[in-house]
Amino acid sequence: MAFTAFASQTTVEQAPRKRSFVALVLLLPGIAYLLLFFLTPLISLVITSFQEPDLYGDIGDYVTAFRWENYVDAVGEYWPLILRAFGYALVATVLALVISYPIAYFIGVKARRFPLLQSLLLTLVIAPFFISFLLRTLAWKQIMSDEGPVVVFLKSIAVLPSDGHLTGTAFSVIFGLTYNFIPFMTLPLYATLERLDTRYLEAGADLYASPFTVFRTVTVPLSMPGIVSGTLLTFIPAAGDYINASRDFLGSSSTAMVGNAIEANFLVLQNYPAAAALSIVLMAVILVIVGVYVRRTGTEDLV
Amino acid sequence: MATSSTKSGASFAESGADLELTGISKRFPGFTAIDSLDLQIPAGSFFALLGPSGCGKTTTLRLVAGLEEPTAGRILIGGKDVTDTKPFQRPVNTVFQSYALFPHMTILENVAFGLRRRRIRDAVAKAHEALALVELDHVSSRRPAQLSGGQQQRVALARAIVNRPALLLLDEPLGALDLKLRRQMQLELKAIQTEVGLTFLHVTHDQEEAMTMADTVAVMNKGRIEQMGAPEELYELPRTAFVANFLGQSNLFTGEVVAATADAITVDVGGVPVVVPRARSQRHSGEVAIGVRPEKVTLLTEAPLPQAGRNVFGPGRVTDVSFSGVSTQYLVEVPGAGELVVFAQNMVFGPVVQVGAEVWLSWNADHGFGLDDDPGTVPRFVPDASTESIAIQRRIALEEELEQA
Repeated sequence: MAFTAFASQTTVEQAPRKRSFVALVLLLPGIAYLLLFFLTPLISLVITSFQEPDLYGDIGDYVTAFRWENYVDAVGEYWPLILRAFGYALVATVLALVISYPIAYFIGVKARRFPLLQSLLLTLVIAPFFISFLLRTLAWKQIMSDEGPVVVFLKSIAVLPSDGHLTGTAFSVIFGLTYNFIPFMTLPLYATLERLDTRYLEAGADLYASPFTVFRTVTVPLSMPGIVSGTLLTFIPAAGDYINASRDFLGSSSTAMVGNAIEANFLVLQNYPAAAALSIVLMAVILVIVGVYVRRTGTEDLV
Repeated sequence: MATSSTKSGASFAESGADLELTGISKRFPGFTAIDSLDLQIPAGSFFALLGPSGCGKTTTLRLVAGLEEPTAGRILIGGKDVTDTKPFQRPVNTVFQSYALFPHMTILENVAFGLRRRRIRDAVAKAHEALALVELDHVSSRRPAQLSGGQQQRVALARAIVNRPALLLLDEPLGALDLKLRRQMQLELKAIQTEVGLTFLHVTHDQEEAMTMADTVAVMNKGRIEQMGAPEELYELPRTAFVANFLGQSNLFTGEVVAATADAITVDVGGVPVVVPRARSQRHSGEVAIGVRPEKVTLLTEAPLPQAGRNVFGPGRVTDVSFSGVSTQYLVEVPGAGELVVFAQNMVFGPVVQVGAEVWLSWNADHGFGLDDDPGTVPRFVPDASTESIAIQRRIALEEELEQA
């Protein structure tokens, strides 16, 4: 499964396997949890996605059926939002990677000899989590609002036209996504870079590789497990995110992502089958992308 | 004889380059690793830097490779000052003690890495050749983690040699190999060095390895070079007690010079006159430290007749006999002179004498040597590299530090 990319890459010598009831007992709570909170809603979601409207009922009443056209309708109506969601998520993931890598490298490699500085910097990376995600995003909306200092300044230096906005644009949505997911990118990157053996970098330099070549041919491949888990931890939730792109936060109707469509169909339009179908499509696309990605990056045979 | 090859130039070094270190010092916060070191290694030679762990030999190597910056001094390779250049710009390759093979590349990719960086043609073919040289071409598609320690070390060697650097640095490259493989690799290394004419700088704590492989050995201790020369010279005529005990074993004595002629000095060791050639001793008057190698000492079961040109101790008592195949080591307690070590070839079956036997010791006066150290500081039989001795040295150093503070 693709998610093995999150696991530690070091394979430990296993003791000969033995049937053990203890292991089974220890696993039970986890299995029960998965059955209850993952499998049940998933099955319910699949069933909902095939429902059809109740002919004699109110709006929002549906009966069980096998109406596969729900998928065709949902994708037909919302495909721009699906594409936009993956586009935004991709750009935000790349930006988060570009911003996080130097941070993680500094904390994990350069600050290695100063453990106190290391912990302090890590705390700073996690610090935004102490404030609610919604509040932080709202704060950004305030900062980037039309009367806010950023827009006023940008207008004064003529970067932004006098009728320009920041909120409600693709820029602000991608900015919000990037900002909100940077810690999810930085932490896994830090975890791999912290274990990076700098003697490999010395060996690279000794073998005629310039600092950039060493980075490209040694550092990046060796930090691949962190890059893969960081991008997955950013890309998957970013693709389904509906807060940043929502009209109440940094987005507008022209920046709506598939998450916003799912939210609207579930909570406003009460078109549950369409919302369920969109959710399943989103999940399937993510699984395919992640599967291809993990296979392509080939992290499974990294030592 | 400077070679025109630089790191950027896509050519192999035609021959080795000479290395010159002038006034190199390296201080880390809290201690001095190297103290004003001057060293010249002629092009094409096999030079060994020998010393116990922590003596600064690996730091010297890292300075030459460019992985550390000297606090003071200049480094010249092939007559060119490289002190301020980055490691990747130096015509130098290193075989690291930890191998440092890239775990994400195959063995072949590892070996071809340096060639690819310099855009040398036929990198793959040349890498295969280098792997064949260390008899590992059959594992070229594997990853380093799938190889044993010894194999990894040979790959590390191939990865460095394939670049034909003007100067090859070896940081204890044979440490992880078993004895047989190490012997084989020693011979191969030596053959490669002679064949290609590269300059080798080999850092090791193994005195036997240094002596069998190197043209010139420098014995390093506490950031300074104690003595430098051909292996035979170092062994037969050590100048300091450290060298005398680090390179093989020595019987050391201290005493007053009681007579001196144009050819020899006579030292009074616990009442016994010991003659040492004047040319082989560093000090010729006052309290001196002298010594003789254990294999030069003959074990006698009867008191020998006094003979000119031979030093005699005895009678003493054998306190320990240990048989090691080729030779037998005897420990003999001599009143007044202390305990002496004697190596005797096993010409007959088994040891000649048993523990407790009364023996006399004698050696040719020409084989003795006089040291440069102050007699008071000369350690007796404990080799300076033993754990106990290192612990004592550490304690002394610590006490000095505390006094200064």
